[in-house]
Amino acid sequence: MRNDLVLRVIAKLLIPFILLFALYVQFHGELGPGGGFQAGVIAAAAIVLHVLIFGLDATRRIVPERLVETMLAAGVLIYAGVGVAGLLLGGNFLDYFVLSGDRVYGQLRGIFWVEVGVAVTVSGVMLKIFYMFAARGHDDGEDA
Amino acid sequence: MMVATVVILARSRNLFAVVVLGGIYSFLMATVLVALDAVDVAMTEAAVGAGVSTVLLLGALHLCKAEEAKPAHRPWLPLAVAVGTGAVLVYGTLGLPAFSDPEAPIHTHVAPRYLNEALKETSVPNVVTAVLASYRGYDTLGETTVVFTAGAGVIALLRRRKKKDKADAEKAAS
Amino acid sequence: MSLAGHFSYWVTIFLMVAGLFILISRGNLIKKLVGLGIFQTSVYLLYIAPGKLIGGTAPILADNFTVYSNPLPHVLILTAIVVGVATLALGLALTVRIRETYGSIEEDEILAADLVDDAPAAEEKR
Repeated sequence: MRNDLVLRVIAKLLIPFILLFALYVQFHGELGPGGGFQAGVIAAAAIVLHVLIFGLDATRRIVPERLVETMLAAGVLIYAGVGVAGLLLGGNFLDYFVLSGDRVYGQLRGIFWVEVGVAVTVSGVMLKIFYMFAARGHDDGEDA
Repeated sequence: MMVATVVILARSRNLFAVVVLGGIYSFLMATVLVALDAVDVAMTEAAVGAGVSTVLLLGALHLCKAEEAKPAHRPWLPLAVAVGTGAVLVYGTLGLPAFSDPEAPIHTHVAPRYLNEALKETSVPNVVTAVLASYRGYDTLGETTVVFTAGAGVIALLRRRKKKDKADAEKAAS
Repeated sequence: MSLAGHFSYWVTIFLMVAGLFILISRGNLIKKLVGLGIFQTSVYLLYIAPGKLIGGTAPILADNFTVYSNPLPHVLILTAIVVGVATLALGLALTVRIRETYGSIEEDEILAADLVDDAPAAEEKR
């Protein structure tokens, strides 16, 4: 399966667009349907497709496990960091109004960073879980 | 059609077929959600339910065997319990407001405030995003933490054995 | 109290009952997880369906619409789906571990193995 020319070419064509779509969903989430949760899942799906076509080892070189594990924690920290930033600037925890001089703009900024945090965590978790399952089958000697 | 899928799903013993049917079921559910105006939720359901969870289930199936054993006892007792529960629930619905009733309690409390004030207060036209990230920021922080914890749990469950394997392999090699 | 007025609830209840039936009647752990997933989606419907208003649109504000469906259940279910898949993954991980320890994912066989040889199983776990 891994040497199928059609699959490889199509995957190479598709993956950038899936990632682009994830970014669109992420940053357009305030105007249309979308947001951090969906974007994270779609981005993870693109990488999963890469694993299915090119194999786990090739993907691990591009998206190393260390990075994924960092993403796992970093997302939650970004989210909580937005809350703490609100505290430091004199508001309540997760109070976005103080993040900027203008109240509405502060809200926008807060929502943006919170969504980034959610997306990072979700895609990190999905990828990590998939890596764990894939690695299990890999190490047992059977090749998917 | 969804009902038919679920019935086949309950009867099928080949787990591979069950997983694929589960994916179909998720897409149908996403379609229903679009019809119910929940576009954000439908998007998530299509990506998560049909995409990621199918892949995860297949990954787990790869590690286990794909055929379910014949159940040891007849399913009459579970069926009776399930039907009984369903009957009680149907009786319960008779007291609930009808579909799309604008006077139902769900539409009269906080929802109008979100719909009327969200644009003014956050300048985000997608109310779902505004509520998710701003009005209910604590909830979402909690959810993110739950997802993180689940990821950490999977790592804890599946990692240790791998290291042991490696140690075994090294022992065997030396 | 019309028939059509409560149809959405009945679909929800059918799905819930089907999920419950799979959950309690099947011994296979993966099948149980799929049943749990169906149960979960029925809960999504239970939340989303009452939020719909006929003639309304999705809750994305625009000038030419006045009636919107209720955004609050959407928010709750959005997070519930993602948490649902995370817990599903956790359940699958447990299943894989059980399979490695007991060599089976059938509930009956696992219970039987537990009863017959508790000591070797515990040893194997270590």
